[in-house]
Amino acid sequence: MEPHGKPSSNTHALPLANVSTNKTLIAIPAWNEAGSIATVVASVQEHRPDADILVVNDGSTDLTAREAQEAGARVISLPFNVGVGGAMRTAFLYAQREGYRALVQVDADGQHDPADLDRLLAGLKDADIVVGTRFHPESMYFVGGPRRWAMVLLSKALSWMNKGNISDPTSGFRSAGPKAIELFAIEYPADYLGDTVGSLSIAIRQGLVIHEAPVTMYFRQIGRPSKNALWSALYLGRASLAILATGLKANRTPREDAS
Amino acid sequence: MTANILAAAAALITFGFVFLLLRRGALREKYAVLWLIFSGAALFFAVFPGAVIWLSRILGVAQPANLLFFVTVVLLVLVSVQLSYELSRHEMRIRRLAEEVALLRNEISEIRRDRDGN
Repeated sequence: MEPHGKPSSNTHALPLANVSTNKTLIAIPAWNEAGSIATVVASVQEHRPDADILVVNDGSTDLTAREAQEAGARVISLPFNVGVGGAMRTAFLYAQREGYRALVQVDADGQHDPADLDRLLAGLKDADIVVGTRFHPESMYFVGGPRRWAMVLLSKALSWMNKGNISDPTSGFRSAGPKAIELFAIEYPADYLGDTVGSLSIAIRQGLVIHEAPVTMYFRQIGRPSKNALWSALYLGRASLAILATGLKANRTPREDAS
Repeated sequence: MTANILAAAAALITFGFVFLLLRRGALREKYAVLWLIFSGAALFFAVFPGAVIWLSRILGVAQPANLLFFVTVVLLVLVSVQLSYELSRHEMRIRRLAEEVALLRNEISEIRRDRDGN
């Protein structure tokens, strides 16, 4: 078998250009977000001037990469679209190889408020992962009907696995500490919901500490599909599949998983 | 009798086709061998239909044709599961490579930037 378990230690022959031991990486997976990426990068920069910003351009066919670069972000371009999970694993690989101690994932469409970055990063003091939750008393976010039931059920299942509350498991606004970076650089699920729900399930299985912090999220302007009972049922099914698949997989050694 | 000739012809054509692909290097041995064995077995049973009848009597299958269908279905299912497995593995590997390519490309451009001194 090829030695692909831990690519960093044995295949990274080049000397690391800038090993930053205390720096934070803000990772923004972006797929055709040329319209919003520059604004997002700028506002992240404004809130955390000390952090490095990495835009993982996930096979965009528009000007996402150039917009991000001109806004001052580091850009890594994937040769084709691999989905949020694949883009995030690239970010985690990068963070691990460059020696970052903390990584925060921020969406490229501007629905996350960079003002919450501090809270997500501060939470890493006593947790390996901090998930930003939309569900808290001051939240403007509201969902109803079958969609809400599906999300509540999912949250209950993960909270039970975690033995600690995870009220918004599908939130893509989250931070990861050194342990989580090590883990996710090797394995980060790429299937639908795997990047959010599945990754949490893996982390729980590996004994990482997961906390949550209240965050603000804005509604997406475009592309909101109608969410009805059928959608909710499918959503729950796929989420269960993501938990099940990663849960079963966690018993194997990371070496095999990485192939 | 004509059914046997038809079956034998189909088996022969499959065998020949797979052999041709193998010779051209368009098919890897591990897959080719499987199909060669299948078509070889099909050819055998087409030429000696008595073997099927004998086998089904031993296994307690009333209709020899049903035994044939059953075995064929099982084999085809196994092959498709194996192909799904290979496909999943390849998708994962391709994704891994894409990630690696992206990181390397970034590293190269950084090194270039450092070299050119700006």
